[in-house]
Amino acid sequence: MAEKMELNEVEVWDGNMAASQALRQAQVDVVAAYPITPSTPIVQNYSSFLANGYIDGEFVMVESEHAAMSGCVGAAAAGGRVATATSSQGFALMSEVLYQASGMRLPIVLTVVNRALAAPLNVNGDHSDMYLGRDSGWIQLDAFNCQQAYDLTLMAFRIGEDHSIRLPVMVHQDGFITSHTAENVKPLSDDEAYEFVGEYKPMNAMLDLAKPVTYGVQTEEDWHFEHKARQHADLMTKVFGKVEEVFDAFEKKTGRKYNIVEEYMMEDAEVAIVALGTTVETSELVAKMMREEGIKAGVVAPRLFRPWPFEQIRKALANVKAVACLDRSSPNGALGALYNEVTASLYQNDNRPVITNYIYGLGGRDFTIDHAKEIFKELDANAKEGRPTTPLQQFVGLRGPKLSFY
Amino acid sequence: MLEIRWHSRAGQGAVTGAKGLADVVSRTGKFVQAFAFYGSAKRGAAMTAYNRVDDEEILNHEKFMHPDYVLVIDPGLTYTADITAHEKDTTKYIITTHLDKEELIAGQPKLKGKDVYVVDCMQISLDTIGRAIPNTPMLGALMKVSGMFELDYFQNAMKGVLAKFPQKIIDANMAAIERAYNSVK
Repeated sequence: MAEKMELNEVEVWDGNMAASQALRQAQVDVVAAYPITPSTPIVQNYSSFLANGYIDGEFVMVESEHAAMSGCVGAAAAGGRVATATSSQGFALMSEVLYQASGMRLPIVLTVVNRALAAPLNVNGDHSDMYLGRDSGWIQLDAFNCQQAYDLTLMAFRIGEDHSIRLPVMVHQDGFITSHTAENVKPLSDDEAYEFVGEYKPMNAMLDLAKPVTYGVQTEEDWHFEHKARQHADLMTKVFGKVEEVFDAFEKKTGRKYNIVEEYMMEDAEVAIVALGTTVETSELVAKMMREEGIKAGVVAPRLFRPWPFEQIRKALANVKAVACLDRSSPNGALGALYNEVTASLYQNDNRPVITNYIYGLGGRDFTIDHAKEIFKELDANAKEGRPTTPLQQFVGLRGPKLSFY
Repeated sequence: MLEIRWHSRAGQGAVTGAKGLADVVSRTGKFVQAFAFYGSAKRGAAMTAYNRVDDEEILNHEKFMHPDYVLVIDPGLTYTADITAHEKDTTKYIITTHLDKEELIAGQPKLKGKDVYVVDCMQISLDTIGRAIPNTPMLGALMKVSGMFELDYFQNAMKGVLAKFPQKIIDANMAAIERAYNSVK
């Protein structure tokens, strides 16, 4: 029986430690992992917890991220609670198996510390890997700080493992800016956390020999489409309600409130930044500053990136005049992903704000208070003119001549 | 908001020092951040680490800062790193050196007219801990210069942070903190 860990009411943890502690408290049966910067400390901490007697589950060291996720698929199909961690190139190497996991409806929790994709090689944070996962059939939750990385990892088990959902869940945090930044984190006690996550209830476990099942079958054109459509339909209809239910239960337990789409000062906002990750909090700080300059600024942030919160985004941005969608990933020949999603959502509204796209922060380039101020000022001009006063897509924080398109 | 920038070489313990400071400060109910620029993280490479302290939750995640304190824990970095970058008029410098303040400033005119304090964290850590780990003595010097905490309170809090280490190492760190506290000028 694993020992319990005594935790302080307030711990100073970085995002990696926050994620490892949540995995420990969830009493995961199998973690199969291969280390990669900046998520290495998640599994490193986890393995030291195990070596020190705080974990009963299995820790499987494998030879690659492809093998790590394959091990997770096998263990989840066998009937266990399963989790792992990765970043960037490791995430890319896992990508084949990500689709296998979601297609087999295996509720694995993957803590992703977001990092740029090579080339050029870069260990720092951007959202390229998170975006790479967006069509993989996983649920994607996004943390903006260390506390949220902890909270959402606990909640991910309860969301994905529910028998009405049965889907794997990624919990994203920003590489280094969250993963290696120590902040105040209020953890639950081991008992409270496990009570919240709940005991794992296997469904169609391969190790249930009384009821043999097959995973990973070949279907071809007679059934493939139906399986994919059912998975999509569950993502579109069942996940939102379940996420809300788990967020509500978590609020009752901790007082910490989460929403599918987070809104900051949006009650009367005329201009808004839409962003992901730590940029959300920096933008909140700046929105407050802009209010003192007379600009009615707000921030909207998808807590749930997949399934895409179409209705919630429409509602959150129903009354604004100008929106900036901030993408921390190179779209490589298109407008940014967040821009495309938000624009498609708002096109269905009667009120259609001016929407512009900013590419920023690639490979860990700093996103500063001054950058956010400049964006809000440009949004204010767009709102006043009722049309874009800047090119539709601009690069922020890039050295050299200003780069923009359309 | 209080902001601190550490100049260090990878392996000298700036990240541990920044996190230790954050841990101690958080116990007084304040909000903290401790982070670093790693680069390619080669032992011995110049690096910077950072602290933010505030009474409210810290939403700012930019790496950029105008530091209130600059802590230089490797003597050579005063000469080779841009330790005065983004300084304010009120920025205080606490610099590890075996030189006295006047000798240091004479060799580095960029420090002329600034609020500079010197302490020999290298010698202190060699004498007390037995290794060149200048992070905890720098914290002792910071306590003296900033008046953030009384020496006794800070030492007790640091004992909690270092609890996983053997008593011998904890005692050596306490001695290092105290000597730096009393010798920073």
